[in-house]
Amino acid sequence: MIVSNLEVVPGKRIQTHFGLVQGSSVRAKHVGRDIMAGLKNIFGGELKGYTELLQESRQEAYDRMLEQAKAIGANAVLNVRFSTSSVAAGAAELFAYGTAVILE
Amino acid sequence: MIDLIIFMSLLALGYGFGQYTEKKHYKSIKQRELILRSVPVIASRIPPHGNPNFDSQLVSGSVVISVDYFKRFIAGLRGLLGGRITSYESLLDRARREAILRVKREAKDLGAEMVFNIKLETASIHKGRGNAIGSVEVFAYGTALIPN
Repeated sequence: MIVSNLEVVPGKRIQTHFGLVQGSSVRAKHVGRDIMAGLKNIFGGELKGYTELLQESRQEAYDRMLEQAKAIGANAVLNVRFSTSSVAAGAAELFAYGTAVILE
Repeated sequence: MIDLIIFMSLLALGYGFGQYTEKKHYKSIKQRELILRSVPVIASRIPPHGNPNFDSQLVSGSVVISVDYFKRFIAGLRGLLGGRITSYESLLDRARREAILRVKREAKDLGAEMVFNIKLETASIHKGRGNAIGSVEVFAYGTALIPN
C-alpha cells in the first residue's frame, strides 16, 4: 500500500480512481497527563505525554483510512491530508483523508 | 500577601526554567539541523520529473510545546498594549522547526533523498485562563522519496 500526500506517484500511472477514503478518531486526555501538563505550563518545554497521545490517535485515524482503502480494493492512497479539530473541551478529533486509487 | 509571594515565585521559576529549556532546545535544534541538512524538505506539490525510480512514503512528525509562566504573563501584558508577542513567536518557531526535524529524521532513517509537499498544521491544545495559549501542537507531514 503506497500512501503519499502528492497527487501523483513518480513513475506510476493511476489506473482507477475510487474517490475519497477517510478515518477519524476522537480522544480525550486523561487527568494524569493533565496534571503533568499543568506543571509544564509553569516551566515550559515539550509535553511528551500529549505528543504521544496525539500521535497515537492520529495513527488510529490513519489506520482506519487505510482499512477503508483496502476494503474497496485500492492499492494506494494519494493526496492524504490530516486535520485536527477540538470537539469538546479536553477532546480533539483527528481526521485523515485521501483519494484511494489503483496504481499500475 | 501569600498570593503575591506565590505569584512572584511562579514568575521567577518560569523565567529561570523557561529560559534554560528554550536555550537548550534551540541549541539542539541547530545541531540537528546541521546533521539533517542532507535531506531537503520541499514545499512543492509536483515531484521531480525525469527520474521515476523513487518509492514514495508518507512521513510525519509532531510535537507539543508549552510556554512557561513568565512568558504567558508577559504575553498577557502585551495583550493590553498591542504589538509583537515575541514569547509566542519563539514558541511557534521552536515547535515548527522541531516538527520538521522529526520528519527529516524519519525520512533519513528510511533512506530518503528528499521530502516533498511538506504541510504544517498548528493546533492550540491547552487553553489557559482567558483563552491564553498554554501549549501548541505542530504536526508536519510530507512524502519521502526513497531511491530504489
